[in-house]
Amino acid sequence: MIKRVKNFWHCIWPMIRQLSGDDAYERYLKHFLDHHVESGASETTAPLLSREEFFRQWQDGKWKGVKRCC
Amino acid sequence: MNENLKIIIWLAVGLLGTIALSTIALNRGESINALWLITAAVCIYAIAYRFYAAWIATKVLVIDETRATPAERLDNGRDFIPTNKWVVFGHHFAAIAGPGPLVGPTLAAQFGYLPGTLWILIGAVLGGAVQDMVTLFFSIRRDGRSLGQMARDEIGVIGGTAALVGTFMIMIILIAVLGLVVVNAMKHSPWATSTVAATIPIAMFIGLYMRSIRPGRVLEASAIGVVLLLLSVLAGGWVDHNETLRALFDHEGLPLAYAIIVYGFAAAVLPVWLLLAPRDYLSTYMKLGTVVALAIAIVMMRPEIHMPALTQFTDGTGPIFGGKLFPFVFITIACGAISGFHALISSGTTPKLLGNERDIRMIGYGAMLLESFVAIMAMIAATVLEPGVFFAINSPSGVVGKEAIDAVAKINSWGFAVTVEQMNQLAKDMGESSLFARTGGAPSLAVGMASIFGNAFGKSLLALWYHFAIMFEAIFILTTLDAGTRVGRFMLQDMLGNFIKKLGETSYMPSVIITSALVVAGWGYFLYIGVIDPNGGVNILWPLFGIANQMLAAIALCVSTGILVKSGKLRYAWVTGLPLAWLVTITSTAAWQKIFSDDIRVGFFAAANDLSSKLANGVLPADKAAVAPQLIFNQHLDAYLTMFFVTVLWVVIIDMLAVCIYCLKDKPVLPLSEVPYRATQLDDSWVRD
Repeated sequence: MIKRVKNFWHCIWPMIRQLSGDDAYERYLKHFLDHHVESGASETTAPLLSREEFFRQWQDGKWKGVKRCC
Repeated sequence: MNENLKIIIWLAVGLLGTIALSTIALNRGESINALWLITAAVCIYAIAYRFYAAWIATKVLVIDETRATPAERLDNGRDFIPTNKWVVFGHHFAAIAGPGPLVGPTLAAQFGYLPGTLWILIGAVLGGAVQDMVTLFFSIRRDGRSLGQMARDEIGVIGGTAALVGTFMIMIILIAVLGLVVVNAMKHSPWATSTVAATIPIAMFIGLYMRSIRPGRVLEASAIGVVLLLLSVLAGGWVDHNETLRALFDHEGLPLAYAIIVYGFAAAVLPVWLLLAPRDYLSTYMKLGTVVALAIAIVMMRPEIHMPALTQFTDGTGPIFGGKLFPFVFITIACGAISGFHALISSGTTPKLLGNERDIRMIGYGAMLLESFVAIMAMIAATVLEPGVFFAINSPSGVVGKEAIDAVAKINSWGFAVTVEQMNQLAKDMGESSLFARTGGAPSLAVGMASIFGNAFGKSLLALWYHFAIMFEAIFILTTLDAGTRVGRFMLQDMLGNFIKKLGETSYMPSVIITSALVVAGWGYFLYIGVIDPNGGVNILWPLFGIANQMLAAIALCVSTGILVKSGKLRYAWVTGLPLAWLVTITSTAAWQKIFSDDIRVGFFAAANDLSSKLANGVLPADKAAVAPQLIFNQHLDAYLTMFFVTVLWVVIIDMLAVCIYCLKDKPVLPLSEVPYRATQLDDSWVRD
């Protein structure tokens, strides 16, 4: 029983984190490493952002359009 | 699974749904169990999702699993990003479900439980969910473009501009009416006012926490925030019992309205991270938590519905808002059945996250069904109240009289039993001084929720449950208010930027202040008029909002119908064409009646003329005479606004029909703006599980 709860938790926890944006920085890091490092970072690639700076841009960007409804 | 078994199961679901639906439709007894409504809803949703939505997906839209979505093609790790479908579902649902599905059904309950319930079910299955899903699909095929852009690309400049202007106007009316709901809930209620006030510093603290103290730790911050919010409900009770503090938070409607206007301006000018973003997180958790708790409580308690199936107010004499069942029940319940606002979400954030087209049905259609279910629960929470109590809470003092004894006598004369002692006891249980004339839906919903929760989780805590429900509604009404003001500001800056370039810069401070002030002045005006209106204001503002929202839905369906015809799918065009025709019928009829009706409770001009002649003859009491000129001006303004909405709607429809006819006659039309096919490279097992 405890094991099943544990399994369920392991399945649901990443989803909760993703839903809330808690893991946004980690996902950004992964994306950055996948897309910019492997292909050889060129001059045009933006530098890697710190957690604080990333979060700042991420949050400001989220609120540019219609986000909430009636 | 065995094919035959599947058929048997679906037949059983169909049969159960039919039984439940006929029970709620034919019941004329004293009361009916709420579980019948839940059963009917779940069966109808299941069948519609399994068959109708699947048919639309495969036959009408021809969804292609092998096609790369914008999230994959334009993946930038931020706004375009392939995301787990349950996460997208969560985002999408949180974005579409606001206070609308809670307020609309509560107001429409004045007709009885049946009309609203049927419209919520049928409207969602054939209209709202189809609109959301089809718009999402077309936006995904167009790099996640917005409704306005799609209207411009596919129909023409007129359609695009109409969508933009329509959105802006709805935003103004919506914010005003929601502000009014909060004001009516906080009026002379120190507990509610102090709790709602406390949510502001709490949100700011969480904003600071996420920004500077522990950057990006969203869940941690949210958990702290939720605990603080719950504490603020408790603290409100303490304020209520403290004589000196009590006086600080005990206010008339007008000062509260001014406070909300000042707050709205501050929220639009302050940076998002400080107030808007953290408030949004908190309201989302509160919303999801409360909706789940309400569902559990309803299933556990199986409450009886005491409202009759139909009341005598179907003839248009209802106390909460005037107007006959047709078309006004369809205008009053917009969100929950069909809401044009959803088309903005379906063509905004969501299409940029979806990893595979086959999830369009679940996100577009499924999330709307869930929202519709929330509306059904709101209907249940409103109708489990004794009808006399329901009308005592919701009837404005201009209709039933200011004194409790008059109000009770009037409501009794309609045939609904209620006594002054009963209302006093109820107010005492809920920790309020009075519950009369709290028009707007929030308080009656809170009483309904408190009684359901109270029965399920402990009756001694009624006052706490009531104020929890008020806080929960207020917090996401204020979120809509913040977000709406900001969106309105961006739109206005965008429009003004065409004339004066500098004003179009979103970070140029003078422009921010001017445009925010203009947007706030827009809704602030309607809020002010709503508060000084002795008939409650909701009777004017809510139908106006309904008409505007349904108009936006009609524009979205116009765009979809146009695209279907242009893609050579004329024989399937009824899928969006039918709900479109219905929406056009109800909005046009409602608008016609609001403008030309002789009934002073329906027609804007009739009301204005009636008030003018009363003012001229000097028959108005002094307090009413003082505000009469403003009310007369407002009635005229509302009439012209309604005319404007209908004109915009018909212009878009004629534009769309012209495009369709041109297309069918093989004359040149704007080309389809669908992006070319590219096969998906995504191993999507990780995003879809």
